[in-house]
Amino acid sequence: MKFVDEFRDPGKARALARRIDALAARNPICRRRPLQLMEVCGGHTHTIFKYGLEQLLPEAIELVHGPGCPVCVLPMGRVDDCVALAEHPNILFTTYGDAMRVPGSRKSLMQARAEGAEVRLVYSPMDALALARDQPDREVVFFALGFETTMPSTALTVLRAEAEGIDNFSVFCNHITIIPTIKAILDSPELTLDGFLGPGHVSMVIGDAPYAFIARHYRKPLVISGFEPLDILQAIWMVMVQLDEGRCEVENQYRRVVPEAGNAAALRAVQRVFRLREFFEWRGLGSIDHSGVRLNEAYARFDAERRYSLPNLRIADPKACQCGEVLKGAIKPRQCKVFGTACTPETPLGSLMVSSEGACAAVYRYGDPAGPPRRDRTEAVDGLASRDAADHPATSQEKPT
Amino acid sequence: MCLGIPGRIVSIVDDETDTALVEIAGIRRAINIACVVEEDGRHADCVGDWVLVHVGFAMSRIDAEEAARTLELLRELGEMDEELRQPQASARRGGEHGR
Ligand code: SF4
Repeated sequence: MKFVDEFRDPGKARALARRIDALAARNPICRRRPLQLMEVCGGHTHTIFKYGLEQLLPEAIELVHGPGCPVCVLPMGRVDDCVALAEHPNILFTTYGDAMRVPGSRKSLMQARAEGAEVRLVYSPMDALALARDQPDREVVFFALGFETTMPSTALTVLRAEAEGIDNFSVFCNHITIIPTIKAILDSPELTLDGFLGPGHVSMVIGDAPYAFIARHYRKPLVISGFEPLDILQAIWMVMVQLDEGRCEVENQYRRVVPEAGNAAALRAVQRVFRLREFFEWRGLGSIDHSGVRLNEAYARFDAERRYSLPNLRIADPKACQCGEVLKGAIKPRQCKVFGTACTPETPLGSLMVSSEGACAAVYRYGDPAGPPRRDRTEAVDGLASRDAADHPATSQEKPT
Repeated sequence: MCLGIPGRIVSIVDDETDTALVEIAGIRRAINIACVVEEDGRHADCVGDWVLVHVGFAMSRIDAEEAARTLELLRELGEMDEELRQPQASARRGGEHGR
């Protein structure tokens, strides 16, 4: 596929790996302890595990898998709200497939559907709106989820619903924002991060200016990165070069997609439809100020939280779960007491085991470089090109609805 | 839902709803292109453009020149690397054989 295959070239990966080695060898931090770089975005986590990129890095560099997987940070109480909506007799509940297996305190959406609740998978919020258009006597609720990447699509769908006067459509808004979250992580005392790989697809919407405080105030380099193996290796190399030269800047590796200023049309739609919440609850991280959005007053009639009464309870994560520690990089997935035993992708206890972008599911599926099985580095490099393209819903032949 | 995928705008279906046909890995889908239409541009001007598609929306235009520039830089790094390469023993996960 164009713009994909070229960014998996083993020869270039090898060259980058060698350069990263050389920089790590003379980095003073690496002599004392592993240098910690956080990839904020779950999409990066997915690529890192799928291609075994950690095996291409020297031991002195450690990747910390950050909180950027919207499914993984969804608190149980919100899943319970989804289930309550789905079980409402006249509601047709629509959701992205990723969210189906996230455990709530009683059940997941998958279990609710098995018990008779009407839950439909959609590929796009526009598909949910189409269902509302086609079935005017049903109330269609769309489970809106994701960072700034998917916020504009929800906003544009609400604007479309307004333009067409479709009022049996509403949105259960769980959109979250990346900047307050990175700030919360930077302020957390347990953390010793040395740099960041910035989320490429969030950045194509918000641009690179919002990250400036990370470089200026916290003195950490951040490189906005694409999602192919070469993108990630190049971004790691760019962070290492910054550290080597004693710079802390926001740089953009993913220039082919991320414009400096972000996407004006997308931001306009977001600003029109959403406003910041005082706080939002994250699984594993607790409540973070201004880290979520809800629908504006002007769009109240499309807001499922205002239209229906929801349990809206705060539910603590199960005791055995150590998702929070994994999210902050304090422990590795395999170090969680229930990893692979009580918690597996088939029966997830924590949400990091649910999505393919969650660190635990990725480790479970692709194997952890820190544990068995190990692969030879040469083999790891040569394997880059042969892994198949992302199994992306847009290319799947079956209609998700 | 966060993974984007490249596609090429094939034709415009409807200006009013910003809908276009986009070919993604050989499959054509109706995609909303509101976020990639130039401020005072016409929808038809987008035909032929490569875009990154997320959940049914084209969220960014893919800049072929920037892609080529990145690849060229990586190629140069590789070449310089071959010239400068020195034997180097470093501890590494998975071990390094025959270097
Ligand atoms: S193994 Fe399960 S419970 Fe433990 S951190 Fe991972 S997802 Fe959470």
